[in-house]
This record gives sequence, C-alpha cells and structure tokens, in this order.
Amino acid sequence: MKARASRIEIVGGAMVASMIVVAVFAPMLAPHDPTRAVAATYGDPGIPSLAFPLGTDELGRDVLSRIIYGARISFTVGVAAMVMTMTIGVAIGLGAGFFGGAVDFILMRFTDVMLTLPALLLAMAFVAVLRPSLLTILLVIGLVSWTQIARVVRAETLSMSQRDFVLAARSLGASSTRLMARHVLPNILPTIVVMAALSTSGTLLLDAGLSFLGLGVPPPIPSWGRMIEEAQIYFRTAPWLAAFPGLAIFYAVLGFNLLGYGFLRRQRQ
Amino acid sequence: MALYVIRRILFGAGVLIGTSIITFIIAFVVPADPAVTIAGAKADPQTLAMIRQQLGLDQPLYSQYARYLNRALHGDLGRSFVRRESVSRLIAARFPATAVLALCAMALSLILGIPMGMLAAAYKHSALDNTLLIISLGLLSLPVFWLGTMLLIAGGLYLHSFPLGGFSGVRSLILPTLTLALGSAGYYSRILHTNLIEVLGQDYIRTARGKGLSGARTILKHALANALLPLVTLAGLDLAGLLSGVVLTETVFNWPGIGRLAFEAVFNLDIPLIMGTVLFSAALIVVANLLVDLLYAWLDPRIRFEESA
Repeated sequence: MKARASRIEIVGGAMVASMIVVAVFAPMLAPHDPTRAVAATYGDPGIPSLAFPLGTDELGRDVLSRIIYGARISFTVGVAAMVMTMTIGVAIGLGAGFFGGAVDFILMRFTDVMLTLPALLLAMAFVAVLRPSLLTILLVIGLVSWTQIARVVRAETLSMSQRDFVLAARSLGASSTRLMARHVLPNILPTIVVMAALSTSGTLLLDAGLSFLGLGVPPPIPSWGRMIEEAQIYFRTAPWLAAFPGLAIFYAVLGFNLLGYGFLRRQRQ
Repeated sequence: MALYVIRRILFGAGVLIGTSIITFIIAFVVPADPAVTIAGAKADPQTLAMIRQQLGLDQPLYSQYARYLNRALHGDLGRSFVRRESVSRLIAARFPATAVLALCAMALSLILGIPMGMLAAAYKHSALDNTLLIISLGLLSLPVFWLGTMLLIAGGLYLHSFPLGGFSGVRSLILPTLTLALGSAGYYSRILHTNLIEVLGQDYIRTARGKGLSGARTILKHALANALLPLVTLAGLDLAGLLSGVVLTETVFNWPGIGRLAFEAVFNLDIPLIMGTVLFSAALIVVANLLVDLLYAWLDPRIRFEESA
C-alpha cells in the first residue's frame, strides 16, 4: 500500500470530518432551536431568506438548524449500523474462511440466501413487524447488509490462513481464537477499513430510505430522510424542504464513497 | 455443461428454500396475533381459536412451515389481511408495471455505465479518468428517493413535461427509469473500469498491442468481451439492488408495481402480503441469476467444455 493519500481520499476524509464536526458541535453551529417555531410564517413553509438561508418548514422551524441537528441522528445511525454490519460480516466471513469445511458451507449458503433477498424490502418488512425504534433499525440494517463484507473477508481469510506464519503459529500450539485474533485479523485489517468506509455509505442510504418510507427513528428527532418524507406534501409550494436534506444525505454518502474508493485504489496499487 | 446446469438449478432451488424460511420468520417475529388482526380486538375466544385452527397456527412450527412451502409451491401465497384478496393475484396484477420499469432501468444503466467505464479505463490516470470516477461515485451516492423527488419537481411541476406519477404510457416511464438507473450506471461503470484495467494488464493484450493495434481497437475487439463477462453476473445479482430501488422509486412516482404494493403491505402490516412480495422478489432474483449463470456458461468456453475436456 502506497503511503501517501490520494486527492480523493483527502477530499472524502475532509467531507466526513466536516460532518463529524457539524454533528458534535450542532448546538453551537445551529442558528436556531430545531424544534421550536422561530419564523413568523407559522402554518406555511417560509421561502429561503437572509434570516433563514434554507427556509423554514410548515411549523416555522429553521431548516438549516434541523439539518445540522439531523446530522447527529443520521450520522450516528449510519455509523452504528455500519459497526453492526461489519461485526456480523467479519464474524461470518472470518469463521467461514478460517474453519472451512462444513462451517464454511453452511455460512456461505446462508450468505447466498441473504444476498438474494432485496435488502430494503427485507428491512422494511422486519422494521414494520418489529416496530421502528433505534435498536430495531440498527439491528435490521446490520442483518440485511453484511453479505458482501462476509464474502470479501472470507476470501481474504482463506488466503491468509494458508500463509506460513499462520501455519507456524498453529504448529506452536496457538488456539483457533488466538490465530484468528492475533494473526489473521490484523493482516486483513486494511480490507476491513475499506469495506467499513464503503458500507457506511450503504447504511446511510438504507437508513435514509427507511426514514423516507416512514420506518425510521420515530419523531421528534429530525433525521434527514424523515425531513424529506415530511416535505412530500409541500412539493408544489416548498420544494426546498425536500431539496436541502437530500443534499445533506448526498454529501455524507459521497464523502464515505470517496474515502472508501480512495483507500481501495491505493490498496490495489 | 449438463453437470454445470444441473448444479446451478439445484443451487437455485436450495436458495429458494432458504429465502422461504427467512420469509416465514417474518410472520413469527410479529408481536401481534394474526387471529386478532383478522377478527378484530373484540372477537371472542372461540372465534379466535377457530381462526387459529383455520390458519394452522395451532400446529407445530415445522408443519406450519411445510404447509406454507407446499402452498407457495402451488402458487398460493395466502390472502391479504387488508384487501381480502389472493396475494398471488395481487402480485400478478402489479408485476407488469415493475417489470417494464426494472428492464428499462437495467438497460439504461448499462447504456450509460459501459461507455463510462470504457473511457475511464482507456484513458487511465488522465483528467478524464478522474472526472469519470467522481461522476460515477456521485451517481452512486444519490439517494434514490430524493433524486426521484427532485426530478418530479423539476420535470413535472416546473417544466410540465412529465406526468406527476402513475403509469400512463412512455412519457410517464422516463423519470422513474432515470431515477432507478443513474445509481446502477455509476456502479457498472466502476466495476467495468476495474475489470478492464485488470484485463488490459494481461499478456494477450500486450500481444495485440505488439501487432500494432490501436488502443481503442484493442479495447473493443480484445479486452471488452472478457471484462464484460463478470458484469453479466453482476447485473443478475444487482437485480436485488434494483428491486430495493424499485420500492422507493415506485413510492415517489406512485407507480402501480410490486414495490408500491410492498410498501402498502408494510404500511398496513398486512403480513401475508409482506411475505408474498418478499418471497416473490427473491424467486425472481433466483430465476434471473439462474438464467445469467446459464448465459455465462454459454458465453465462457471454459465452462461450456468443462466435462468434455
């Protein structure tokens, strides 16, 4: 892996970092309280103006402040869901690749089955029957998006466990757990980092999609996807209500994609 | 080849059984009692017991599953709780609209994605390569439902050039197709780019180059066929992704397909309809993958002549 970061990684990294800053310092950055009516135009969405650069919604709340606070929930859910996804994917891929044989067969056939089910459709079904809450959403996103990660991790583990240093450690009597944790896992870490960055863009989109369908984290927490869903009825009169939160989602997802592809390209070289 | 075909068919059947189990689980994580959902909260215990017996809910789990699988294999996916209609019939009525949309989107994404990937690979490390990388990542990062909403506002409300939803002829197809295709186009362009770069590094390409073939000719005549092959498999697998996008696109455009049907089912907590749409989508993907595998085998002589060699 080349030591120097490419330009797309730097841009992607900066985009992700700026998102983190916005999420962490939301109370200082937001010009208004996101949950209170601050515009005089209560009852009608307010057009973007100097006082409210991104306009106000039908309850007179400042859209910019809501997007800034929305970064907290959207970003947290996206990253937490990624952690869930990675945990399941790495565990299954590592187990299948390391143990091989029947374990590999069963885990990979399960992966094939999950790969066949449309992620959003399955997620919708499970969130709907389990009722949306932060925990169900994280669990469900994790459960439907780990397949690709498991496949890649399995392939890497397979090639890594045949290496001499793993055989050497094994012949010295190292346990399976130790072999996986100390010898295989650290060596496939670069791949895991790439997959983590790319899978965050996936979980962000999935969460936004669920929120848009009304299956996201319940109100009053304003997530970006839900803001677009709530803006649906104001299509004609206030298109900015849907436009700006969508740009925020696009920005966050693009940041992670740039970062992930940058890593990937550097690794291939 | 025959062995390969049989193996793929068995594999597809196995995957379908697996998906039916997952779908079956959906009904079991529901906290609500289906009998109460059907009869209403005020129903007396006898009625509830009767409904449970009718639905087979008093049977052990494995026999309930066997019953479910047996019926599904005969095309019976149960009755919708809310619409009181056969789930299979509801899906059959909605499927054509989704098929038209998905096929158009698949075609458009390949039409856009393949040249993008080719150009980027042909001009490796150039400004064009980088621009195409940014464009394809940008397309990949667009939230489908937001893109659809914005296209609807721009094309339908401001330009008045497109209908504001529904399926009414070719013109109504344009915006949903664009919505669904752009993300996949970015994806295909990236994959083809990666494949082409790999193929272009191989010896037979160097030979072609050595013969004095131009860069464009080498790509078109020698490299593309080999780089497109994995894309065929991917397009089949990506149908799963496409069907996820279909749910959002159909919701935005009020498109009368199975995506919208699934959304309505989820909204009404109509369990048989939820299970039916999920299982149907999975079956569709299994069949598509099987066809793709067979096509792949036919295109790739290494598999076509596997046994006879």
